[in-house]
Amino acid sequence: MTPHMLTRSLDRGATIFLAVVAACGILIPLSNLLLPAGSFLQVPTYLVALWGKYVCYAILALSIDLIWGYCGILSLGHGAFFALGGYAMGMYLMRQIGTRGVYGNPILPDFMVFLNYSKLPWYWFGFDMFWFAALMVLFVPGLLAFGFGWLAFRSRVTGVYLSIITQAMTYALLLAFFRNDFGFGGNNGLTDFKDILGFNVQAEGTRAALFALSCLALIASFLICRSVVSSKLGKVLIAIRDAESRSRFLGYRVESYKLFVFTLSACMAGVAGALYVPQVGIINPSEFAPGNSIEAVIWVAVGGRGTLVGAALGAVVVNYAKTVFTSGMLAPYWLFMLGAMFILVTLLLPKGIVGTFNAWWDSSKEKRAAATTASAAAEDGVTEPKMAE
Amino acid sequence: MPANLSARLCSLVLSLVLIAFALPAFAGPFEDAVAKFANDDFSDTEEAIGVVASSGNPLAYPIISALQDGRLMADPDSKKVYVTGADGKSIDAATGQPVASVPDSASAVRLNNRLRRSVDAAVGGLTLMSPDLGMRLQAAQSVFKSHEETALEAVEGALAKETNRAVKATLGDARAAILLYKPDATEVQKLEAVAIIKARGDQEALALLTGIGSDQPASVTKAAASGIASIQSSLAVWSMVQNAWYGLSLGSVLLLAAIGLAITFGVMGVINMAHGEMVMIGAYTTFVVQEVIRTRYPGLFDYSLLIAVPLAFLVAGALGVLIERSIIRFLYGRPLETLLATWGLSLVLQQAVRTMFGPTNREVGNPSWMSGAFELGQITITYNRLWILVFTLAVFVILLAMLRYTALGLEMRAVTQNRRMAASMGIATSRVDALTFGLGSGIAGIAGVALSQIDNVSPNLGQSYIIDSFMVVVFGGVGNLWGTLVGAFTLGIANKFLEPVAGAVLGKIAILVLIILFIQKRPRGLFALKGRGVEA
Repeated sequence: MTPHMLTRSLDRGATIFLAVVAACGILIPLSNLLLPAGSFLQVPTYLVALWGKYVCYAILALSIDLIWGYCGILSLGHGAFFALGGYAMGMYLMRQIGTRGVYGNPILPDFMVFLNYSKLPWYWFGFDMFWFAALMVLFVPGLLAFGFGWLAFRSRVTGVYLSIITQAMTYALLLAFFRNDFGFGGNNGLTDFKDILGFNVQAEGTRAALFALSCLALIASFLICRSVVSSKLGKVLIAIRDAESRSRFLGYRVESYKLFVFTLSACMAGVAGALYVPQVGIINPSEFAPGNSIEAVIWVAVGGRGTLVGAALGAVVVNYAKTVFTSGMLAPYWLFMLGAMFILVTLLLPKGIVGTFNAWWDSSKEKRAAATTASAAAEDGVTEPKMAE
Repeated sequence: MPANLSARLCSLVLSLVLIAFALPAFAGPFEDAVAKFANDDFSDTEEAIGVVASSGNPLAYPIISALQDGRLMADPDSKKVYVTGADGKSIDAATGQPVASVPDSASAVRLNNRLRRSVDAAVGGLTLMSPDLGMRLQAAQSVFKSHEETALEAVEGALAKETNRAVKATLGDARAAILLYKPDATEVQKLEAVAIIKARGDQEALALLTGIGSDQPASVTKAAASGIASIQSSLAVWSMVQNAWYGLSLGSVLLLAAIGLAITFGVMGVINMAHGEMVMIGAYTTFVVQEVIRTRYPGLFDYSLLIAVPLAFLVAGALGVLIERSIIRFLYGRPLETLLATWGLSLVLQQAVRTMFGPTNREVGNPSWMSGAFELGQITITYNRLWILVFTLAVFVILLAMLRYTALGLEMRAVTQNRRMAASMGIATSRVDALTFGLGSGIAGIAGVALSQIDNVSPNLGQSYIIDSFMVVVFGGVGNLWGTLVGAFTLGIANKFLEPVAGAVLGKIAILVLIILFIQKRPRGLFALKGRGVEA
């Protein structure tokens, strides 16, 4: 398998992927808005919101694939960055409610009035402005990832140790956000949103626009990840994944590379969370649960780690299966399914769906190419000498 | 109201008239007093309580305690008073003769709050003389708490007769408490009382001294203040001891949950996310054992845990070997994949238990030797926590001995240190792996037996311990059981000392953050394996 063929096959996959996402991003909102309700081709609004959720999960999966698939960092706490981005967006949406809340306080969100806050906590300042909230969506997860990564990578915490402490990180945040006096609504979280940028979040048009935006964000994230992993930087990342000590001895500053890609990935997860919240209508501390983060890792494993397309595909497939299973009679069996998926994918399909497909495609192509050469050689009456392995 | 009042006045007049006729029928002051209960007048009732309580009559205790429970029936027409027992049989209160039935016109003698206090004090005073040691002690304590002036005589009487040391000390405390609150006690008596109460030194003594009010002589107030200070400082020391005990107790639970994990992680480098579920399976084994015992052999209940421990070890251990043979051995050298696969396994096991036993908590009982508590100085130690600590240390010692003195232990240590070298020396590493995993899981199973005694047995039992046990292993360092021991007790004690300062949740968050920071300093834990093979 030559590098040339690898890029070509990935390129084709990437093109198809981008085309599909773009088509969905344009056609689904159009069909939802333009076609009459109930017609065969019209996508109902609830489905738009549901698929919008999947697209956000796909962005989260991409961010995990970037660090796990290409740099070997298995984060079991990426849900924390997702949730922090979500909370930043949720805080903006809370401030937009204004006097329409149950208590009608123009400044304080309902839960603060309820909990007897006399004034807005300092960390809520600025969240009434969209640009500030949008900046925080990137900045807060990015800063946490930078601080965490700076400490962890510099002291060479790797492998399962890193996985365990990322899990501890999200667990600590889970406990913190459950507290009422932390100022983020306790276990109810933030909900009851009204407007985003002046548009009603419940309106069909807004939902369609949010879906299109999510697709756009997915495309952008994909292109960013692609450009990172196919650059020279990406090659170093792969080298670190495969032989960290050797890369260090060759003179690369391993921790800087890791830190960069970890922070980038956290920012992407934050964006995914920020797009997720207005479409789902709630953000609460359960998003920090360690189980959620591990589930996100399995999306990537199912789709195929280190393929990017596979991560996004895995997120959509697993979550679609989850929706189907948990809403029907099979609900009690969903956890069996999910558990079996964890076990079987790691045992039997370590490359995931896309990875396995790519390997099969490449090997069959090689065979065809070999057959062509062989037949051409046979016509010439020359046989190639067998190479010793 | 007026109608009610006039009715009551009428009945009062009527009863007074009746008493005038009825009195000659009774002989002594005891009988007179008993008859006063029938007057349905609070001040008469109070008088009656005083006379009955100090009469020395054997019927006094049954009457007063019946009054306390609302079982003392009085017939206003005939002036007869009856004591109905809990078993429905009744006796005549004045004579003690059994009666066939209480007349319908009789109703329970009513009490108000003031009377209830003197009833309580009278019961306390009466039980002070009880032949039962436990009753006497309890009575003395209740008098100490109520420090009712009326009980002074009874306490002093009992004090003169008492022979048991503990009861005598409590009676002395009770007398001091009464004197301290008695307005007409002398200054000397009060000072003595303060000294006695100060010597007692517990929370109740503190409450007594702080509540004496300002109308006391200056010397008493001063003595009380110094007593409060000394009690407070001794209580502070005791609360430290209490925290340390809680910390040891939490540490033992953590150690029990983490020790199996430390073995599998240390020897095989495998992160077993399903470890918590092995704990859960051990707890459910205990549940099943107790169910069988309850339905078939109820007499064996006290031995249920002794039966459950080996069973849980076998069940969880066998499951562990099965898991190792069917899943984990295909994933060696891929620790992150093992982590994911065992996480999936934990979901499956949880859901399987949920399907079999239902999602709710199951009842697992404490055998008699594990329930209850005893006092050590100012702290209370429950037997189940104490036994778990003992059990954990026993498991730890046995495991340590096993690693040191058995062939399997030697092989396990060899594989931990250098897998390839061990294999070259003829150790069947795959067999060692399977047995190690089985051992780790089996220990998780017996941890489940212990945890079933202090925690809810539900399908989520394991989930609540898994992160904590990982923290212990990561903090303590891999491949060294002493590290796990130190890690578990450090985290347990740190947690319990932070709790009163920062609150339970914030304390836990602080611990997590501290561990994350600690890992940066010592990426391989407190007791790291040293050598060239460490960073693979």
